[in-house]
Parts: sequence; C-alpha cells; structure tokens
Amino acid sequence: MNHRPKSHPEIYPLVLTTKTQEIFNCRIDEDITDEQPYKLINKEDIFEDLRNRAAVSDFHPVKKIVQEYPGNELLLVYDKDFKYGLNFYLIGTEEGKENYLNPPEVSEEQEEYKEYIPEDVYIYKPPVSKPWVSLGSEKEIEEASVTESTKQITYMISRKRSEFGAPIKFSDQNASSVKDAYIECTAYPDKNFTLKQLEKDVGMQVIPQIKDISTQTKWTYPKNATTQYYPREFSEEEKETLKQSKPLVDFLNNASISVEIALQQNEITNTFIDDWKHLAEEEGTFGDKTDTHLKEYQSFTDLHSPTEKMITCVSWHPTIYGLIAVSVAVRLSFEDRVHFSGKLLLQPSLILFWSFSDPIHPQLMLESPDDIFCFKFCPSDPNIIAGGCINGQIVMWDITTHADRIENVKAGGSRSKKATLKPMFLLEPESNKEAMYIRHCAVSSIENGHKKVITDIHWLSDTFEINRMGSVFENRSGICCQLVTCSHNMFWDIRPQKPLTPQTTEKKKEENIEIPFDVPSTFLHLDLSWKPLTKVRLSKGETSLDHCPTKISLKEDHLLCKTQDKVLAQSKTAKAEEMNPYHNLESGMPNLLKPIDDFCTKFFVGTEEGEVIYTDWKMEKDPETGRLMPKKPVSLHTIHDGIVHTIQRSPFYDDIILTVGGWNVAIWKESVMTGPLLQSCCAPKRYTSGHWSLTRPGVFYIGREDGYIDIWDLLEKTHEPAQSQNICITMITCIKPWIFSSKQQFIAIADYYGTLHILEIPWTLSRPSTNEMTSINHYFEREVKHLEYVEQRKKIREQEKKEMEQEMAKKKVKIYQKSKEQMEAELKMDYESYLELEKTVLINLGLIKVTEKGSYSDVM
Amino acid sequence: MTAEVEETLKRIQSHKGVIGTMVVNAEGIPIRTTLDNSTTVQYAGLLHHLTMKAKSTVRDIDPQNDLTFLRIRSKKHEIMVAPDKEYLLIVIQNPCE
Repeated sequence: MNHRPKSHPEIYPLVLTTKTQEIFNCRIDEDITDEQPYKLINKEDIFEDLRNRAAVSDFHPVKKIVQEYPGNELLLVYDKDFKYGLNFYLIGTEEGKENYLNPPEVSEEQEEYKEYIPEDVYIYKPPVSKPWVSLGSEKEIEEASVTESTKQITYMISRKRSEFGAPIKFSDQNASSVKDAYIECTAYPDKNFTLKQLEKDVGMQVIPQIKDISTQTKWTYPKNATTQYYPREFSEEEKETLKQSKPLVDFLNNASISVEIALQQNEITNTFIDDWKHLAEEEGTFGDKTDTHLKEYQSFTDLHSPTEKMITCVSWHPTIYGLIAVSVAVRLSFEDRVHFSGKLLLQPSLILFWSFSDPIHPQLMLESPDDIFCFKFCPSDPNIIAGGCINGQIVMWDITTHADRIENVKAGGSRSKKATLKPMFLLEPESNKEAMYIRHCAVSSIENGHKKVITDIHWLSDTFEINRMGSVFENRSGICCQLVTCSHNMFWDIRPQKPLTPQTTEKKKEENIEIPFDVPSTFLHLDLSWKPLTKVRLSKGETSLDHCPTKISLKEDHLLCKTQDKVLAQSKTAKAEEMNPYHNLESGMPNLLKPIDDFCTKFFVGTEEGEVIYTDWKMEKDPETGRLMPKKPVSLHTIHDGIVHTIQRSPFYDDIILTVGGWNVAIWKESVMTGPLLQSCCAPKRYTSGHWSLTRPGVFYIGREDGYIDIWDLLEKTHEPAQSQNICITMITCIKPWIFSSKQQFIAIADYYGTLHILEIPWTLSRPSTNEMTSINHYFEREVKHLEYVEQRKKIREQEKKEMEQEMAKKKVKIYQKSKEQMEAELKMDYESYLELEKTVLINLGLIKVTEKGSYSDVM
Repeated sequence: MTAEVEETLKRIQSHKGVIGTMVVNAEGIPIRTTLDNSTTVQYAGLLHHLTMKAKSTVRDIDPQNDLTFLRIRSKKHEIMVAPDKEYLLIVIQNPCE
C-alpha cells in the first residue's frame, strides 16, 4: 500500500483522517480543490499534532522525515487518484516541493501523459547514468592495454623555402673517401660465440697401401674384391722364334740408331746440369771456416779405481745413443806387472759403460779375468761383447738381461735431445746409481788360445762363414757368429762344436763347475773349452820365425761403422722373436752350406816391426809335405818405423787402407802391391792411434804421443796435417768417431791417463763437399798412376843404368889398351880442335876479321 | 738372324752408363732383357702403357704426326723408349757419374 515510487523518492504517501484534515485545514473539497490540490503545512503544526496525538497522528509514519525536513513548510498534496496508494502524500524535500509547485511543466506533463498511454507500446526510456561500480575489470584492461611508456620525440625540420621543389641532381660519391659519410658496424669475432671443439671422435685403422678404382655398377651393397695376377711371359721357344723373325731384326736395326744417338748425347754432356747451382755449392764449403776445431763435449774418468789406469780400447754402442764403452788396463810396464801380479789379481779388470747422462758413475761394468786390450760389440746383437785379454784369452759377455738398464739411460737422455749442446749431466741420472758388475760369460781355453796379448779382435760379417780349411761358406744363420783375433791370427767360432772327437765328451763331463747364478748361460758350451777354428800363421819365409801381427783388416770390416740401420733392424727382429738366436746357437754345418766362390780371402796385417803384409788366410796343400800350409804373403812392405797399431779400411772405399805406425802414416790400395799410395814424412812426434773420418772420404784423424790430434785432409794438403789440436797432456791411445745424426758427430779420444774425452766434430769436418768423393777418387787414381810411372821409370832407369855401366866398362877397357903414341895423337887432336873453337869464338866476338883466317893459323 | 739381334743388343748394352736393355712386344710382354725378371716385367708393363698414351697424345694433336722416340729423364737415370708398330726397345742409362 505504502509504496514509495522509486522515481520519486521524496514522495511519502499518507493517509489523513477527517479529523486531521480539519486540524490542518486541508479538508477535501473545501480547502483542497482541484485547482490547488496541495497545502503548505508548517512544521511546527505537525510537531504539535504529533505531540498531541502521538501514535494516533497520521503524521506518525513520516515523523522522522518531518524532523529532518530542512524547511519550515512541508507540502502536502491531495492524491485524488490514489496514484501513490493513499489519499495524500507528503513531499519530503525542498526541491520536490519546488518541483511540484513550479514544475517543468512540459516534460512532467508529458511524462504523466505518457504514463497513461496504453502499456503494450514500448516506451523508450533513455538510459540513466549511474555511478560505475568497479568489479575489477579495469585492472585487466590496464594490463592488456598498450601504452606509450616514453614520451614521443618530436622533430622539427626546417628548410629554406627556396630549396623546395628545386630540380635535384644526383652524383656518386665514394663513401670511404668522405669522412663521416657512413657509419660502419664491423663484424668482429665475439668470443662468446666461438666454440672450441675439445674432443673429436675419430676412428682410425692402419692398412697397407690401397688402390681406389671406381666403376659404375648397380650398387646393392659394398663388398671387397681382390685380384691376383701374374704377368704374361713368353716361353723360351717362343722367344727364340721371335728372335728369328724378320720384323724384329728390322725393328732393332731401325730403333738402335736413334737409341745410340740418344745414348751418346747423354755421354757427351749432361744437359740438365745447373751450373749456377753447382758453382754456389763449392764456394760454400771453403768460405765456411767459422769453426774448424773439435769442441769439447764431455769427458769421463773412472774415479773409483785404486791404481792408475789407461784406456786401451774404446767402442761406441752401435744402437744406443750416448753410450760408450771403454776398456781400462793398469798402467804398468811388463816388469812392474810381474812384480805386482799378486796385487793385480785382486783388482777386477773392467770394461766400463759410460753414458752421456752420468759422467761420474759408469752404467755397467763388465768383469774379466785380466786386462782387456781390445773388444768389440757383436754387429748383429749389441748385447754380445767379445774382448781379448792380456794373457791371450778371449772373453765373451752377454748383457741381454741388463740391456734395459742401459736402454733406460738412453730414454733419459733423449727427452732433452737437441741439436745444440746441452750438458746432459744436468739431468737427473737414473735411480740405479750403483753400477753392476757383470761377470763374463765365457773365456777361451788357455792351452789352445793365444800365448801373447791379443791386440785385435774382429767379428766376421754375418754373410759368410769359415770352416776349418779356411774356405768361405754362406752364412745361413744371419748373425755374426765367428771371430778373428790377432796375436797369431786365429779364427774362432762361437757355436758349439760337434761332438766328433771323444775329447769333447770328456770335457763335457768335467763341466760340473758351479756357475754363479746371475751369469747367463749363453756361452756355457764355450766356457774354458773354447778352441779356435783355424789358425793362420805368418811365417817369415825360410826362417821358422813368425811375424807378430798386431792388427788386421778384413774386407768386410767397414760395414761395422756404417750400417747402423741394419743393426737396428736386425736387433728389432731378434727381439720380436721370442728367442734370441744367440741363445740357441746350433753348430755349424759346413757340409750343407753353399760355398761362396771367388771370395777374397786376403787381408792386411800390420806387425810389430812396422811391416804391412797382405796375405791370404786360405790354406793350401803344400806339395812337398802334404800338410796344409798357409799361403805365402802376397806382398810385404816395411814402411813404418814402429809398431803398426792401426790398419783400417776407408768407410767409403773397399780397397783403400790406412796404416799408422811409428812416425808416419801410409795409405794403401789393395790391388796395388808396389807400395803405398801416400806415405807421409816423419812427424816430429810418434803417432799412436788413427782413424778415418766417417763422413768425409779424404779426412782422417791421427793421435800423437804428446796429446795432440792431427787432422789430415787429403784435399787440402797431403804432406802434412791440415790441423792440429791439443786434447790432453798425455799419449792418445784410441780414437773413435761416431755419427749420431746428420748434425751431431762425436769423436771419442782416449788417453794414457785413463780419461775419455768426447768431442764434437764441427760442421766443416763432418760435412763432405759435393765432389769430395770424386776428387778423392781422382787423387787415388793419380797416385796409382804415379806409382806405376815410378815402376816404369825404375825399370827404365835400371836399363839405362845397365847401359851406362856397359859403356863405362867398355870405356875402361879401351883406355887400358891405348899406347903412348895414340895418347899423344889424341892429345894433339884435342888441342887442334880447341884452337878451332877459340878462333870461332873470337870471330863471333868480332875481335878477328874473317879474311885473316888463313894468316892466323900461320901466325900461330 | 739371331746373331745380328744379339750383336745389336750387346752394342747398346756396352755403352757407358747403360743399366739395362729390353725388347718388349706390342702387348707389353718382354722378349729379351738383360735385367732380372721382376724388374723387366714391371718396366715393360708400365712403359708400354706410357708409350701408348704418349703416342695417342701426339696423334690427337696432329693426326699426321707420330711418336718416334720417348725419353724420360729422372733424378737417377734416363729411360729411353723406341716404339714401333709391333715392338718396343727400352734402354735405361745412368747419364752422370
């Protein structure tokens, strides 16, 4: 009933009773008429009414409104149509009052009119704006909206008005020439973006040489295919028939003409020679004399030995770099040796192994029963060493078990191996500082061996063998298995002898000697029972005396210096096999081996008296006695004034031999038996050792007794040494050069006081000049021719001499037969001829006129 | 006939520096040689191919031309090949000392 209209919230419908109407003078149809349906009522009156009648008052429901009403008069409107549900309504606000009293007549009237329009017609109600209620959507909109975060920049560009619209002319300009014409942003490698590949997975396989051939085929899947073939050849008959055929003959006749022309062209001149290049090389060798002296590299002395020792023999290890072995002997004369023999027995005689990395401690020490005077490494196995003693025994060592010790030393040295000299003793030596004493493996039998000191020992080459007769056979085993020693020239075989004679079986029974456990049993079969294979005696002709050979030189010896590679290859193959061939020596089978024909069994021997003998070791049957006798020496020359201590073949020529002894040097050629090619004059000091240079064919080194080394260069001077250098203060006992690499060559010089000096050979002495071989060849050929010429001249001279003698004899005979008259007649004739001579001389001088010739003789 | 052949080959072989001489047929099979078998076979096979190639080269350039002689100079020797329709004569010489 009492519904306040929503559109007009100030309207409060009221019911006014008749009594209330009378009180407020708003009786219907009396005070309130249609023309004035309202009445203004004072607020005071309403309050009074309320006080008077309290709840009964009709204004009670609107009491609050009246109290809150701001003005004094309220408007009461008669609601005739019960628009708001009751017959009166009160307007609660001033503006409502104003609106009613002074309505915006048109719209309100229209509104009122419109209200009464039938309701099925849609009445347009314009939307009434209401305050906006936030439901959180503005945040989403804010997030999704794109707003400008920065303030926009504005540019204002202005230009002269005259330039607008003017004709444009374009031209080219190089951007780089004008400064600031362009701004460059160059690319640079940014380290953040470069990737370094640290690991790469690659598979590799080692294969022998392959050949790639491709062909177009239907490829289903790849598979390997191989081909084996052999070349087509003609059989012998076919060849014969072809040879007979005419076309071949014609062809050869035609072709051989042009071929011969071509061959001759090549013989005449070498058209491909570059003269300029050849010229330059020759000058280089002479001008490069910056360093011609041997430079001291290192020296070794044994500081632990109680007595004074001298070095008797030096040998470089064939395979290991920086390892050198020396044999030392006590420095006493023969009498002193006998005198002190008791003391000497207690001291071991040693071969010391020195390494470049440790100059104080020798790496290995090989023991021997007595002083060693010469020793050699076996060419096919560097772990076998054979040495000759002062008492005539041969001693064998096998250091296979200790080989790793010395090889480790090599590894230590090679870590810092440089071309320049670096003192290797700065490196830490290997941990085993104590050198081991290695006992010998085998010694030769004393009764059957030499009686004198062994002065020379050689291993025979592994290409041939000798049997008891001295004839040469092929060597099947491929290793060096025979030795030759020099004191009486004996040949020794290191393989076990066949048990032919009962003697050997007896000795086998005796062989229950206790062997020290650390001695390898390689040569057990030889120990103390080793007999030589053959002996070669050099007898002095009719007398029963023998020559005393000191050194020998066989044909194949020079191979020992050069073939380092060969030895390496062989030792490697030996190691690859499980068993070292030296541990499994079988006895020789001379019957089954092929004899080598036309093998030169001759060799050179140098003796104590200074003779150089060229002889043969092959035995022949003496027709008279039926025994096997050695052949007579082919030639014998006494050249040197002292003991011949060096006979050596040149490493470059098979048949050139150097002999050094006494006070001079001689060079021989094997086929020339008349004399040496070169014989030097007597030197001021005695020569005590000598050796060819390994790389230069015309250079050799001679050591003197005052510690000087003479370097001879045959291309420079042949009458005296090219250079002389002082090495030490005492006699030089042994010289051995060695090549390590193309840049490093050393020479080991041993002296009488026991010191081993290692020197480095300078570039000029180690590097041969281009035509050195040919020049030396020419030199030797010239010398040979010279010798021949001398021989011829000798003969001619002899003949002449004979003739002269005959003439003299005749003359003498004549003189005795002359009588006195004849003598007078002869004297007169002589006088007359003298007068004639005087006249002609005077005429020639112009002192006498020719016309007066006749009167002159009358005058006289 | 054979004597003549022998004599010619001997003459060639006796020249200074000649290492080997061989006569090879048109297919590369050696007929007569002074070297050992394996070397001969190798030389014959290789030089036969090379001669064929050289011949075809010459004829390609000028069809009326033909190969008369082939000389190969190497560091160590000089190989001379005289070709023919049916045979090849190969000589190996060492020209310098």
